[in-house]
Amino acid sequence: GVFRSLPALEKTVERCLVLLRPRASRLVVQLHCKYGITRTHNLAFQECERLQAVFDTQRCASSLCAPARVLAEAVVHFPQTLAEVTLGAGPGGRISLRSYVEDEADLGKAMVTELWLAPDEFQAVAVVPDSRITFCLKEFRGILTFAEASNLPLTIHYDAPGRPAIFTLEDPLMEAHLVLATLLDPESSSQPPAANGISHAPAPSDDFADDLESYMVAMETGSYGEDWGAPPSPTFPLRTPRPIESDPQEEEEEEEGAVPGTPPHKKFRSLFFGSVMTSGGPSPAPSQEVLAEDSDGEC
Amino acid sequence: MWCELCQGNFFDEFQMEGVAADHNEIYLELTPENLSRALKTAQSAKAVKIKLTNKHCPCLKVSVELPSLSSSSRIVTHDIPVRVIPRRLWNDFREPSVPDFDVSIYLPALKTMKSVVERMKNLSHSIVIEANLNGEMNLKIETDLVSVTTHFKNLGNPPWASEDGCQSSAQDRDLESMVEARIDIKKLQQLLAGQQVNPTKALCNIISKRIVHFILLHEDVSLQYFIPALA
Repeated sequence: GVFRSLPALEKTVERCLVLLRPRASRLVVQLHCKYGITRTHNLAFQECERLQAVFDTQRCASSLCAPARVLAEAVVHFPQTLAEVTLGAGPGGRISLRSYVEDEADLGKAMVTELWLAPDEFQAVAVVPDSRITFCLKEFRGILTFAEASNLPLTIHYDAPGRPAIFTLEDPLMEAHLVLATLLDPESSSQPPAANGISHAPAPSDDFADDLESYMVAMETGSYGEDWGAPPSPTFPLRTPRPIESDPQEEEEEEEGAVPGTPPHKKFRSLFFGSVMTSGGPSPAPSQEVLAEDSDGEC
Repeated sequence: MWCELCQGNFFDEFQMEGVAADHNEIYLELTPENLSRALKTAQSAKAVKIKLTNKHCPCLKVSVELPSLSSSSRIVTHDIPVRVIPRRLWNDFREPSVPDFDVSIYLPALKTMKSVVERMKNLSHSIVIEANLNGEMNLKIETDLVSVTTHFKNLGNPPWASEDGCQSSAQDRDLESMVEARIDIKKLQQLLAGQQVNPTKALCNIISKRIVHFILLHEDVSLQYFIPALA
């Protein structure tokens, strides 16, 4: 709601300050506008249980990269109400997208749409022949919209069915990872793979000084504090509807796992943005203590 | 609704084998929304192929070849499930015969009719269509608060060749006397809203208080709508 109307903001706002007040559980967005007007929004937040999942795009057997526009033009042929889509590697290096029909019973009733893309429509294709994964189309459309708006190519890393698929976007200022669960091969009778590397982050210590200036300095230099003040909140709500866009840290999450109260299969949780700015600027304020290094070690 | 298209006008290639030599027809039942969605994909297509297939179940396979920047085209296929109607039920789907109508009259400009009906739709659920053999037609609505009538004149009446005198009821009629039927206004509005292009000929036949039968002729397509009268 704060950033709803981009054209209006571009006209009136000169500077925007985003500040976290963990002790008060508030995210403060301050818009410094023309004519000396300052609009302050205090957004309440609730901290969620943190799952520290590990995923490694290097471990994915297959990957492909295409301009967002090509993929967006492809998904337009599928009905808006379709829940899942299957991406497959076919003969001749071609890539297919096919609507996924959940029940056998629906096969006789539902319309099935299939689209084939030639390998030269992609910037890079390195896929296991005949490999195939099924994931949520709605979320895929979401990241495609963002990718198209940013005019960035989208890379898809995937492995065997059941293992997560990772969609990544990169530009000099930002790196985005979307991790989606994929459906298990129906022929396989094994349980979903145990969540690899899921662990709970230790309760963070509370030495973040509620200090506007030092926080601003920290933001500008690209080093980030790990301190979240408030104790871990109760179980994840079932849906995280909005990506946490201003989150400077790179936290990964995985869908399934043995954790009780795990969110339902096939729902995506969060979109992660990491700042890849080098921390070669002025040294961070002494109150900042980095508890977890950026996993990509960008520096 | 009944619509007839001539194969040659729409398809470059057409191959079909019906059930038997003397019954060279195939009757399929499908959800129109599926076909409409599939054809939407084809709006900027290089080529479209429609095939009847039977893998897990009978399907109409619509293959669309789309232009793409790469060397080979993009191919999208839509498998639309259909139900093949057995021969014993074919009689249910025969072209309805033109009923023994009381009055037949050419319609006014569809655009005009559409805007009149759209406004009337806000006031009433039903509309009365009345016409006579003197080229006059009225569209009437009546509610507790208001009654509105739109008059059309000089529309002309189509000359139906009398066969075995079956149209005699129409010919005996007094030219000025009106024949009417009350129908659901939404159905009429949908019919009119669906017309994208002005038809070459548009007329309606009214059977007093029973049915209004609309016939719209485009160059290579004929559309017939039957709207039953409300009680």
